[in-house]
Amino acid sequence: MGTLRLRRPFSLSAWVWLLLGAAYFMIPLLATFLFSIKDKHTGSCCSLSAYGVIVHDHQFWTTIKLSFILSLETIAASLLLFVPTVYWVHLKLPRLRAVVGFLALIPFVVPPIILVVGLLDFYRGSPRWFYGQPYGFLVAAYVILAFPYVYFSLDSGFRAIDVHTLTEASLNLGASWPRTLLSVILPNIRVAALSGAFLTLAIVMGEFTIATLSAFHTFPTYIQYINETQAYPAAAVSLMSFGITWAAMLSILLVGRRPGARQVQIAGTR
Amino acid sequence: MPLAWLGVVPFFAYALLFLFFPAGQVLVGAFKGAHGSFTLANVHDLVRVHQFRNAYKASIEISLVTALLGAVFGLLIAYAAIREGTPRWIRSAFTTFSGVAANFGGIPLAFAFIATLGTIGIVTQFLANQLHYNLYQHGFSLFTKTGVEIVYLYFQIPLMLLVIAPAIDGLRREWSEASSNLGASRLQYWRYIGIPILLPSILGAVILLFGNAFAAYATAYGLTSSGLGLVPILIGSDLSGNVLSNPHEGQALAFGMFVVLGLMMLFYVPLQRRASRWAR
Repeated sequence: MGTLRLRRPFSLSAWVWLLLGAAYFMIPLLATFLFSIKDKHTGSCCSLSAYGVIVHDHQFWTTIKLSFILSLETIAASLLLFVPTVYWVHLKLPRLRAVVGFLALIPFVVPPIILVVGLLDFYRGSPRWFYGQPYGFLVAAYVILAFPYVYFSLDSGFRAIDVHTLTEASLNLGASWPRTLLSVILPNIRVAALSGAFLTLAIVMGEFTIATLSAFHTFPTYIQYINETQAYPAAAVSLMSFGITWAAMLSILLVGRRPGARQVQIAGTR
Repeated sequence: MPLAWLGVVPFFAYALLFLFFPAGQVLVGAFKGAHGSFTLANVHDLVRVHQFRNAYKASIEISLVTALLGAVFGLLIAYAAIREGTPRWIRSAFTTFSGVAANFGGIPLAFAFIATLGTIGIVTQFLANQLHYNLYQHGFSLFTKTGVEIVYLYFQIPLMLLVIAPAIDGLRREWSEASSNLGASRLQYWRYIGIPILLPSILGAVILLFGNAFAAYATAYGLTSSGLGLVPILIGSDLSGNVLSNPHEGQALAFGMFVVLGLMMLFYVPLQRRASRWAR
């Protein structure tokens, strides 16, 4: 043990790899930042005019608001759908855990680009309030995209508590099923539910594929539009988008969980 | 509890409506002709038509290259960050950043690289002005396969780091101590103990990375619009109504992706099972 200990504290190659990694990750962000503070007319440093363009663009506000509403709706829908399901599976149908866990891997085989082909074709001709509305069509798809994230978060949350004892105690004390779920189970899986929610937020705020191919104008499609038309504001808005992902991931840390470890990280944002 | 299964009906109904039916529609549509009759022509086109065959070749090549490079670099960085002797905060900095970067992709990522390595990107300009080396005159372009690979690695490496970190944590210190007590060198430790134990996790991660790159649409689109003929890009142009004329062609292309990803999954599941044996 002594020799190992002595050999380990400092390793040149380890530091070289860490430095290379850090450089590769930081340089594009730094470059985007430097780009974003160039003057939109002269291209010289330093000006906040690129940010001004974005902030004064009402399209920016409508699309970011839409994306945010869609995130909230997706979060609400997936929690409503998955919390009772995962709870029930843990409580009554433990043998189904493997099945649901396997289903959570299916979005890997059916990524957004395939899902959108199927959804557009399958729901063609369905009522306008669903097919023509981002609040219907997009949210329906995003719940599927969020499924693996929310499921793995909730599953580990439920594994950490004694579902049977909590439920029995609550029912014996005269609580109804809904009340058991709301005031006994939910507070105990709050962290898991919140981290699933923040992951979903990051996914929906960044999802481009399904939104653009079904012709909805969300925040990521706005970024693409700016990319094609104005270079410096594009840097500014790209950085804002990175900030949103960053904030969502930091929120997961703040509520007390490592972001994403041991999960299948295949989201729609790519 | 004979009625207990009723509790999971909403979930399965949802999965059926918004995942299985649409996916089934793609599978069936791939085998439909223009008038709705059964045909193998669309799927046959995938290998017959030049454009499609090249698209699969390019997509598979990019996915393979970025999966392997992502795995190698991700593993090296993960090990460097996790090993004893590296300060704790570096490890948390890297894993936190990876959590963000693995979920950061698509259009903004594409633009970040345009600002870095595009024709007027910061690094391109720096090399040209300070070192008098013009990347774009030496055959480099961000808007080619190589460029897309460089950009994809930005989410592939962090994904590898996140996936492999628990497996590296699972390497117990006793094992390396025991092997060194028995006279093994560092190299022998890795050759006979470390790598064999990590191997199922590494292979599983490579598959995950492959699928991750193979299915990516937004990043490639943000970089090259429809310029680079990757499978997702072709499907996208088909859906938005240019290039291809037959609506079932897009479904056939999607079917082909589905087959590739499905094959990957067949390898992934048993590897995952084996890998979880040593996980802590």
